[in-house]
Amino acid sequence: MTAIVAGGVDCDLHPAVPHLTSLLPYLDDYWRDQVTTRGMVDLVSQSYPANSPISARPDWRPAQGKPGSRLEDMQAQALDPFEVAYGICNPLYGVQMVFSEDMATAFCRALNDWLAKEWLDRDSRLRGSIVIPVQNVEKSVAEIERCAADKRFVQVLMLVMGDMPLGKRHYWPIYAAAERLGLPIGIHAGSNYHNPPTSVGWGSYHIEDYVAQAQAFQTQLTSLIVEGVFARHPNLKMVMLESGFTWLPPFLWRLHKFWRGIRMETPWVDRAPLEIVRSNIRFSLQPVDAPDDPALLNRLLDHMQSDELLLFSTDYPHWQFDGNDALPKGLSPELVRKIMIDNPLATYGRLRATQEATP
Amino acid sequence: MNIQFRDLPEGTASVSAKTAIADCDIHPARATKTELYPFLAKRWQEHLETYDKHAYQGMMEGPPYPKAQPNASRRDAYPPEGGPQGSSLSFMQTQHLNPNNVVLGVLNPLATGQGIRNQDLADAICSATNDWQIEKWTSKDSRLKASIVVANEDGPAAAAEIRKRAGDKNFVQVLLLSRNVEPLGQRRYWPIYEAAEEAGLPVGVHAFGFGGNPITASGWPSYYIEEMVGHSQCQQTALASLVLEGVFERHPTLKMIMIEAGFGWTPSLAWRLDKVWQRLRSEVPHVRRPPSEYIRDHIYWTTQPMEDPERRQDLFDVIDWIGWDKLLFATDYPHWDFDEPSRVLPAGVSDDNRAAFYLGNARKVYGLS
Repeated sequence: MTAIVAGGVDCDLHPAVPHLTSLLPYLDDYWRDQVTTRGMVDLVSQSYPANSPISARPDWRPAQGKPGSRLEDMQAQALDPFEVAYGICNPLYGVQMVFSEDMATAFCRALNDWLAKEWLDRDSRLRGSIVIPVQNVEKSVAEIERCAADKRFVQVLMLVMGDMPLGKRHYWPIYAAAERLGLPIGIHAGSNYHNPPTSVGWGSYHIEDYVAQAQAFQTQLTSLIVEGVFARHPNLKMVMLESGFTWLPPFLWRLHKFWRGIRMETPWVDRAPLEIVRSNIRFSLQPVDAPDDPALLNRLLDHMQSDELLLFSTDYPHWQFDGNDALPKGLSPELVRKIMIDNPLATYGRLRATQEATP
Repeated sequence: MNIQFRDLPEGTASVSAKTAIADCDIHPARATKTELYPFLAKRWQEHLETYDKHAYQGMMEGPPYPKAQPNASRRDAYPPEGGPQGSSLSFMQTQHLNPNNVVLGVLNPLATGQGIRNQDLADAICSATNDWQIEKWTSKDSRLKASIVVANEDGPAAAAEIRKRAGDKNFVQVLLLSRNVEPLGQRRYWPIYEAAEEAGLPVGVHAFGFGGNPITASGWPSYYIEEMVGHSQCQQTALASLVLEGVFERHPTLKMIMIEAGFGWTPSLAWRLDKVWQRLRSEVPHVRRPPSEYIRDHIYWTTQPMEDPERRQDLFDVIDWIGWDKLLFATDYPHWDFDEPSRVLPAGVSDDNRAAFYLGNARKVYGLS
C-alpha cells in the first residue's frame, strides 16, 4: 500500500440521512404537514440501493441503520484512520429526484440545515457541500447565498445527471454565484432519473447504471467546456466526485481533435480543452478504475499531464477499496502530498482561508 | 483530421506510401432520392412520396444538429457528374480507392431504414439498400464489400434479412448503429446476434443512429461537437450493455466491430467494468468472466477518428493495452473528418503491427484471408 500523510483533506464523504422524518425538524409547518399527510416515503436514490455492495464496504456497514448515518462510525472508519484535517460531506439524499421545484427547495434547505447541525457542529474537521434544487435556478442561487454565510460550507453540490446538460446557460447564474462566493461546484455521480441513465436508454441492471456514471461525466465535461462556462467564469473550479479519472486523457484527445476541426461552432471556447481542464477541473481520487499495477497506473497519471488534477477521497462509506488502501499502489510521496493536501487546498478556497487563519 | 487534398491530379497518390490498406468505413451515398426505388415495392415508393420517413427525431430533412460541412462530407468529394459526396463509384475510385491503394473497402450505408419508427418501412428500405449495394457497388468493383443493413428495432425481421443474405460473398458484416431505442444488449436485439453468428458474420456497430434517447444522460446538448464527441459515450454504454446482458456468453463465436467511435476509451471502460463486476456480480450471474475478457475476445475497433494526443507515445500505450491485433484501419470517406492513411501511424511502429493495423486484422475479422 501507499502511505498516507497526515493533515489531508477527504473530499468525498457521504453522511446519510437516516430517514425523511429526520428532516422534519428542519421543514416549515406546510412541508412537515405535506410529508406526514401524504405519507411520503424515504428518498433513497436507486443510484445506491441500500444493500448493494457498492453502497457500503462490508466492514463499514452498521448493525442497523444506513451506512454513513452515524458520526461516530465516520470518525472511527474514515476521519481518524486517514488522519485528515478536513472531510467534505456530500450528502446523496435523493432530494433532486422530486419533480416539484418547491418541494425540492424545501428539502434541500432542510438537508443543508440538518448537515450543519447534526454533522458540522459536532466535528470541527467536517465541511459541507450545499445541496441545491437544481430545477429552479433562482431558488438554487438563493440557497447558495443563504448557506454560504456559514463558512463551513465549502462547495455547491450537483448531480452528474439531471434535466439538462450542465453547461447550458440556464445554469449559469448558479455558477456566477459560486464563483462570486469562492465556492467550487462539486459534481457527484448520481441521477435525478428525469432522463434515461444512459445516452442509449434504460439498461436492465444496477451495475450498468454505475458503470454509466463515467460516461455521464464525460458528456458533462464536454458540455461545460464547449458551452463556454469557463470562458465566462475563469475562476470557477469544478470537482468531479466519484467520477473515475482514467477515462480523462483519451476523452480529451477526442474532444481536442473535434474542437480543432469544428471550433467555428463554439468560437467562445478560447483555450484548448486540456488547458481548461488543467486550470478549472479537478477529480476525486476514488474510484481508481485501473488494474492494481503501479507501472501502468503511473503511465495513466503521466497521460494526464498534470499532478494537480486529483484530490484525495475515500468515498466513505461506498466500497471502493479495502483496509486502509485508499491510495493506490505506486504513487510517489510527492504526489501523495499533492493529492492529499496541496491540491485540495488549492481547490477549496474556504479551506485555504481557514488554514491560513490558523496559527 | 480534416485534411484536404483537393489540388491533386486525378489518380495521384497523396504521398509516396503505397501500402495496401483496408478501409473499413466507407460511406456510399445515393445520387438521387429515388435511386432506391427500383429495389422497392410500389407500395413503399408511394409511402415515401406521401409520408417520407418517420424517424426517431423531428427533422424531415437532415440531422437535428447541422453538420460542419454539407452532408458531413469533404467539399472536394463532390463527383464531377453531380450528386452528393460518395454517390459515384468512378469518382470514389479516382479520388480514394486507387490513390490510397485500398484493396478492401467496407461499405457502411447510413440513412437507410435504421432509426425509422415504421418497422415495415424500415425493413423494406434496408432490404432495398442491400440490393442496391450489390447492384451499384460491389458487383462493379471487387475491392468493395457490403454490409447487411437491417430493421434494427424489429429483431425477427432483421434476422430474416440476415438469413436471406447469408452466404452471399458480397456481404462481410451486419451493420447496426450505436443509438437505438434500447441499449444494444437488450433482448429485442438478440435475434440479430443469433442470425449473425449463424451466418458467420461479424456485427459492426457504427456511431450514430436515432432511438429517441437524448445523446446524454442529462438530456439534449446544444452543439454538433457534443453529438460528435458523445458518440464515444454512446458506444461505451452500448458495449457495456452487450457484455452485461450476456450476449457473448450466448454467442461465443460472435465478433463485433466498434466503428467510428474511437478506441481510446476502451481500457478505462474495461477496467471500470471489471472492478464493478467484482463487487456486483451477484446481480448478473450470467456474466461469468471478467468483462474485459469478453471485450478482448469479441470486440474490434475501426481507427477513424484516431484519438490524437500531443504525445504519440500516449496513444501507443493505449493501443498496447487494447492489442495491435484489434484495430481496423478506416478513413470514413467521404466524410469531413477523414483520416489520411499515410499520416495516422508515425515511424517507429513495427512492420508486423503496421501490416496488421492497415490490412491484416481486417482480412481476418471479415474472413477474407
